[in-house]
Amino acid sequence: MAVAVEGVWKYFGDYPALRDISFTASGGSCLALVGRNGAGKTTLLRILAGLSAASRGRATIFGGDARDPGTRRRTGYIGHGIAVYDELSARENLELFARLYGVADPAEAASDWLERTGLAAVGDGLAREFSRGMRQRLAIARAFLHAPGLMLLDEPFTSLDDRAIALMQELLRQALARGATVVMSTHQLREALELATHVCLLVRGRGGHFGERTAEMAGDPGYLYRQYGEL
Amino acid sequence: MTFLRHSLAIAVKDLRAEMRTKEAINASLAFAVVILVLFSFAIDPEVVAMAEISGGVLWMVFAFASALILNRSFARELSNDCLDALIASPVSGAALFFGKALANFALLVAVEIVCLPVFGVLYNVRWTRGLGWLAAVVLLATWALTVIGTMFSALTVNLRLRELMLPTLVYPMLIPALMAAMQLTTVLITGQPIGENWLWLRLLAGFDIIFTALALALVETVLVR
Repeated sequence: MAVAVEGVWKYFGDYPALRDISFTASGGSCLALVGRNGAGKTTLLRILAGLSAASRGRATIFGGDARDPGTRRRTGYIGHGIAVYDELSARENLELFARLYGVADPAEAASDWLERTGLAAVGDGLAREFSRGMRQRLAIARAFLHAPGLMLLDEPFTSLDDRAIALMQELLRQALARGATVVMSTHQLREALELATHVCLLVRGRGGHFGERTAEMAGDPGYLYRQYGEL
Repeated sequence: MTFLRHSLAIAVKDLRAEMRTKEAINASLAFAVVILVLFSFAIDPEVVAMAEISGGVLWMVFAFASALILNRSFARELSNDCLDALIASPVSGAALFFGKALANFALLVAVEIVCLPVFGVLYNVRWTRGLGWLAAVVLLATWALTVIGTMFSALTVNLRLRELMLPTLVYPMLIPALMAAMQLTTVLITGQPIGENWLWLRLLAGFDIIFTALALALVETVLVR
């Protein structure tokens, strides 16, 4: 199993942000984590990414701990920020993360991903000089350049321009086709349910529903909330 | 090997970013020189033997100026959520800390190299007399500043008042190292042999070893909450 979450709780002080969450995701599946603001989607993704520790319960990635370096080498993460360094060039940003992820030839990987994201011509320009759309594409390249077996995406389509959305969807399709697992939290149900094979609905920190994405869900994004959650 | 490779990648990244903006090093250098100048006005060389207070003055300046570099160390990772990307990557907390410490150490040493001749001229002190030993003391004490400062930079990175909290937490922790550095620097600048002050040097080296080991062991807990 690529991702296994068993009875995970997370407290912030006395407040339980996650309450007894359990689900699994196998290789080649795409799990959409959905829920209203404050449902616990980001908290859960941060635990899976090894950025935060569960207060109770267990989250395993490829059978290992999320903080294990071997696990993290196989995981790609896109959070709320674009996570690129403004003072470095696009190429330097990609080479840095390629080195950190142990990519065999960081320079070649950086060139390849600059090409794939349409940034080859401006690869030596500083990231701070880029337009918003270019920075978003650079962030996508940063997350995908080590060919991760698991992608953890927090609101991946939010504030992306059309070109970046198309690029993201194409890369996610390619990742799923090669057997990678995708776990994404999102409010943009239409884009997410187009790709999702499974859905996990969080309702105020609790698991509202977990199961395969059905035709009703894809056809009517509001169906999920009406059927299992809150309106 | 992976630890060193990751640490070097982080250090090179930090130094490259700093050389492009020069935010921290310019502020630190300007601050250090201004304090040196102000102290030189405040102390009357006909009343006070300058060499006798040289260690104290020098390390007060270095300690205050270092806060400006150390404050930026982890704070620079906050823009664009870069810290999350680093913690989510296969880099261990220890390698991240060590890489940042190496970059901070290089920047602090650069500031000190510029400040020492300025100090010599303003205070009319011959600081090159025991240059080998002085270099050893400066490097050991700077590493102490670096290790404690980098660790507390990680600890305070998410606080709103981190610019205030870092010096408040760091200086009390540094008292043993600063006392040793001040004593040894004064001894060397006044031309005394280091023999009788061997214990201070051992204290400084011991401080470095203990706090480096503690920081490497604890930083992962500090970063992942």
